[in-house]
Amino acid sequence: MAEQPSRTTPGDAGLRIRTELPTRPPEAAPAPAGPPDIVCSGVNLAYGENHVLHDISLEIAPRRATAFIGPSGCGKSTLLRCFNRMNDLIDSVRVWGEIRVKGLDINAHTTDVIEVRRRIGMVFQKSNPFPKSIYENVVYGLRIAGVDDRATLDEAAERSLRGAALWDEVKDRLQESGLGLSGGQMQRLCIARAIAVEPEIILMDEPCSALDPIATLKIEELIYELKERYTIVTVTHNLQQAARVSDYTAFFWLGKLVEFGSTADLFTAPREKLTEDYITGRFG
Amino acid sequence: MERHHFEAELQTLRNQLLIMGGLVEERVHSAVQALVHRREEDAARVIAGDAEINELQMAIDERSLRLLATQTPLASDLRLITSAMKINADLERIGDQAVNIAEGALTLIPQPPLKPLIDIPRMAALAEKMIRDALDAFVRKDAALARDVLRRDDEVDDLKDQIFRELLLYMMEDPGTIARALSVILISRNLERIGDHATNIAEDVIFITEAKDVRHHAEDRTGR
Repeated sequence: MAEQPSRTTPGDAGLRIRTELPTRPPEAAPAPAGPPDIVCSGVNLAYGENHVLHDISLEIAPRRATAFIGPSGCGKSTLLRCFNRMNDLIDSVRVWGEIRVKGLDINAHTTDVIEVRRRIGMVFQKSNPFPKSIYENVVYGLRIAGVDDRATLDEAAERSLRGAALWDEVKDRLQESGLGLSGGQMQRLCIARAIAVEPEIILMDEPCSALDPIATLKIEELIYELKERYTIVTVTHNLQQAARVSDYTAFFWLGKLVEFGSTADLFTAPREKLTEDYITGRFG
Repeated sequence: MERHHFEAELQTLRNQLLIMGGLVEERVHSAVQALVHRREEDAARVIAGDAEINELQMAIDERSLRLLATQTPLASDLRLITSAMKINADLERIGDQAVNIAEGALTLIPQPPLKPLIDIPRMAALAEKMIRDALDAFVRKDAALARDVLRRDDEVDDLKDQIFRELLLYMMEDPGTIARALSVILISRNLERIGDHATNIAEDVIFITEAKDVRHHAEDRTGR
């Protein structure tokens, strides 16, 4: 629905004298909608003697998508897993430095790690629906939190499946097994499961790597919608995907943060030569 | 499958070009009307309004570059975005030519009129319609309309030559008219350049819709 040019253009331009320059429309990432959701300060991680994350300091903007990019082994997934304490599950891991989620130090002894994982959901490369019905997959988190009122669970299931752009495809077969869906549908089921417990942040570790191009496109379109309500951090080795969906991009190399900025800036005019070499395919 | 987000970005890009087109068309009209009706404030307004056009040009280029970097456009999307950057440049130059006309008007208005201006407004009307039709062709993806715009450029060039011949006679007869005659001739050249920029836009529209590069009379301008 194109605007037609007319003599009286929007703002009556030309019919009154401008006394100051009009402000340039924001072409890069929209301004952050508040203080950062996650603040990393000097984060380090080692598996035994293997020091894999070095002094990472960055901020994750609220209700925006931030992409972590970098070659294999650069530490991007490792850092992602720090945000919801998933690295706890690995023996001999040591984390030092500070990670604050909305002000809360998630590594403090007094922090309830279960609550951290409710507030920060995660979607993995290989989708992992439970061997249960679609419905039970979505409401699982609520059930184990003690919610058993049918009406509440029904409402949560529909809301979450709609939020994951899956409702129309499964609304007539909620009792069928979650394992009977296509790869792309299973991934969206996992997203529905993650948002059912109303997190604030959703972490996605290579969410589309195992999907075909159309399923990938559906997930990417979904991320545009999700980031209106949730803060998204996604790890991807697909540079075009990072460029398409994210507002901010962090480039990692050998466990260090090399560059962080708005996606538009980083992909059109990176500051670091290493970043430029990586995204132009000169190496990595 | 639709890329809603990308589609919305492309539509915004198209709209920004149309807004810019509307602005520069209005500037050309105002500059010539200021000259014809001898209104200095209107000419000054055109000159002051150039900043807005320049800001819009930078915004369109920034958006185009960002879309190229982040959306990996192909086929007609790629042609649209690269052509948008070219159309953008032509529109901004039209805006500059309108400023030149307005500056010429400010020179002429304080002086006694040389003669009634007939061909200048005629040229302006032709050039403004070429801009308008080129942008309509852009919106409607109408290559036939774009080719029609290309054909009209000769008419604008002919009027410029006519103005030159007529004013040459004035200057030869009375050297006191030379300064004013030269100002008018320069304005006719501004309008002729505006016509050229409109044909550039029309050529870009044909490239977007048909993937054909018809610049430099590559085809006969008759559609074959």
